[in-house]
Amino acid sequence: MAEIKLQDLWKYYGDVPAVRGISLDIKHNEFVALVGPSGCGKTTTLRMIAGLEDITGGHIEIGGKIINEVPPKDRDIAMVFQNYALYPHMNVYKNMSFGLQIRKTPKAEIEERVLRAAEILNIGELLERRPKELSGGQRQRVAMGRAIVRNPVVFLFDEPLSNLDAKLRVQMRTEIKKIHQRVQTTVVYVTHDQIEAMTLADRIVVMNQGLIEQVGTPDEMYSHPKTHFVASFIGSPSMNFMPCQLTRTAGGLTVRLTDELSLPIPKELEARYGPYTDKDMIFGIRPEHITERRSHASGAQFDFNANVEVLEPMGIDTMVFISLNQTDICARAEPTAVSNVGESMGFTVNMDKMHLIDPSTDLVV
Amino acid sequence: MSSSEPNSMTTGGGAALAVNKAPMWRLRKEIANYVALIPYIAFALFPFYIIAITSIKSKQEINNLGESPFWASGIAVENYTYLATHTGFFEHWMVNTLIVTTVSTIISVSVGTLAAYALARLKFRGVEFFGVAVFITYLVPQTLLFLPMINVINAIDEVIPIRDTYWSLILTYPTFLIPFVTWLLMGYFRTIPVEVEECAYLDGCSRLSALFRVVLPMAVPGIICAILFSYTLSWNEFLYSLVFIQDETAKTLSVGVFTELIRGDIYFWGSLMAACLLGTLPIVILYSFLMDYYTSGLTQGAIK
Repeated sequence: MAEIKLQDLWKYYGDVPAVRGISLDIKHNEFVALVGPSGCGKTTTLRMIAGLEDITGGHIEIGGKIINEVPPKDRDIAMVFQNYALYPHMNVYKNMSFGLQIRKTPKAEIEERVLRAAEILNIGELLERRPKELSGGQRQRVAMGRAIVRNPVVFLFDEPLSNLDAKLRVQMRTEIKKIHQRVQTTVVYVTHDQIEAMTLADRIVVMNQGLIEQVGTPDEMYSHPKTHFVASFIGSPSMNFMPCQLTRTAGGLTVRLTDELSLPIPKELEARYGPYTDKDMIFGIRPEHITERRSHASGAQFDFNANVEVLEPMGIDTMVFISLNQTDICARAEPTAVSNVGESMGFTVNMDKMHLIDPSTDLVV
Repeated sequence: MSSSEPNSMTTGGGAALAVNKAPMWRLRKEIANYVALIPYIAFALFPFYIIAITSIKSKQEINNLGESPFWASGIAVENYTYLATHTGFFEHWMVNTLIVTTVSTIISVSVGTLAAYALARLKFRGVEFFGVAVFITYLVPQTLLFLPMINVINAIDEVIPIRDTYWSLILTYPTFLIPFVTWLLMGYFRTIPVEVEECAYLDGCSRLSALFRVVLPMAVPGIICAILFSYTLSWNEFLYSLVFIQDETAKTLSVGVFTELIRGDIYFWGSLMAACLLGTLPIVILYSFLMDYYTSGLTQGAIK
């Protein structure tokens, strides 16, 4: 059993705090992604779990044992580094078997485990090659193979795909998911790419400025962000934000975006948003909830018109950028239904999916 | 380029493909490259040529001002036989130099490697100060250091007799070799990606086993470089050897040649040149063996 427990974890570099008292429970065999912008403390957290950074405060438990003072070699952790960190003077076989050799595993067992890992990763024919004779994707596989053969209690990934080209990255992402399904282990995966986090993880941890903003399943993070930061970080293209005011009219509560445009709030949400009436708030809505005009099938839909400013065809959809009160708003429309640039177009906004953020606390209400 | 490709595809039909000759401008560029090398070669190799040509001239030919100094009329071996029969060149100087150079290189590279690793990788209070201190030690000229060194040698000599033996040199050469090697390798260790080392820790290595199994094998080109340079430095060392050793049988090459083949204002030009030529050979041989290692990049493929 290898559950990981971070308790009030702090890390200072000199006087600068990198990680500021985070607590997190990771379950046995769970795939957790730490995601956040550069400098948010995610890699530092990972390196503290690995034992490569000293812990300034708090403690880390693995499998119920506090490991603050345990050197990395005794933690039984494998890590895949961003730049792969292969041993350049050893061939692939030796790279993969090195950890087992150090732990004095019998030769026959080493061979069996290396060959099995090589088979899982499809690198069987590369075993005799040196790292410099491999392509980026192959090196990435070897780096993972080196971790798999060890059969560690915890797997750590430090942005393993960020050095690959776009196509290979998507391919390896699927591969990592497959491998986790075959080789069940606790995984902590650091990435700045929220799509990677969404697609791979059982749970996502969004970090910002050394603190955890929110922990949850990919769906929770996407549909129910708790803070302004999470709402803006998760999802691509990211959520639209606009300053607004809640006003009560004869028809009910509305979100007043501009003098001309007020959007009615669905009845079910009125109780939740009622207390914020007449306050300056931030209205948030994802691009896919502003579409070309559709027949209103269900929910609280509202129609409005705006001039198309920029079009970004993506193939399956086209991103339509409009401007409301000098704020760029992105909508997602059927390619056949969009107007030309400069022309007016009818949109439908799905108000069931709206978010309201209190700018004084940056929390989603 | 891309527009010409479809053409070359269609014209293939049966006709032999014409092999393009190198264009004229490329040829001219190549010639220019070699021409540019000529002054360098002249400066680097001309002294060596004079040494070689003079060493095979007879005494009469060297002293005959009518003969061209750049050419030899025949091959005379008298200078070489003189070295073998009348001096301690092969018997003592060469042997002493080999011993001193080899032992002090081994000491310096081993100590310097560990010091460089520590200064490049470990985090401890004053690590930067130590790094700079090492460099400053290297900057203090030998011409200042040899006087206090004599005192040190004399002090040690009272306990263990090392004065007038090559042990005094084996002991003193590392004082300038270790800072040099440390400084050289410190830079080299910094180019080795730290992740590879961290990966070794996670694979189960202690710091020491990571150093020997992972870091040092990756540092081989740097270590070879350090060996070459410290070998050359101690092979050519003159001042300490001159000051610490008077006994003819304990002398090294550089001093032996200087003191025994120049008597007052009489220069034994022929045997002097022969000694110089033979004295440089071991270094040349060492370089030709180790040069391949030195230039090959061993860290390639570690990252990205």
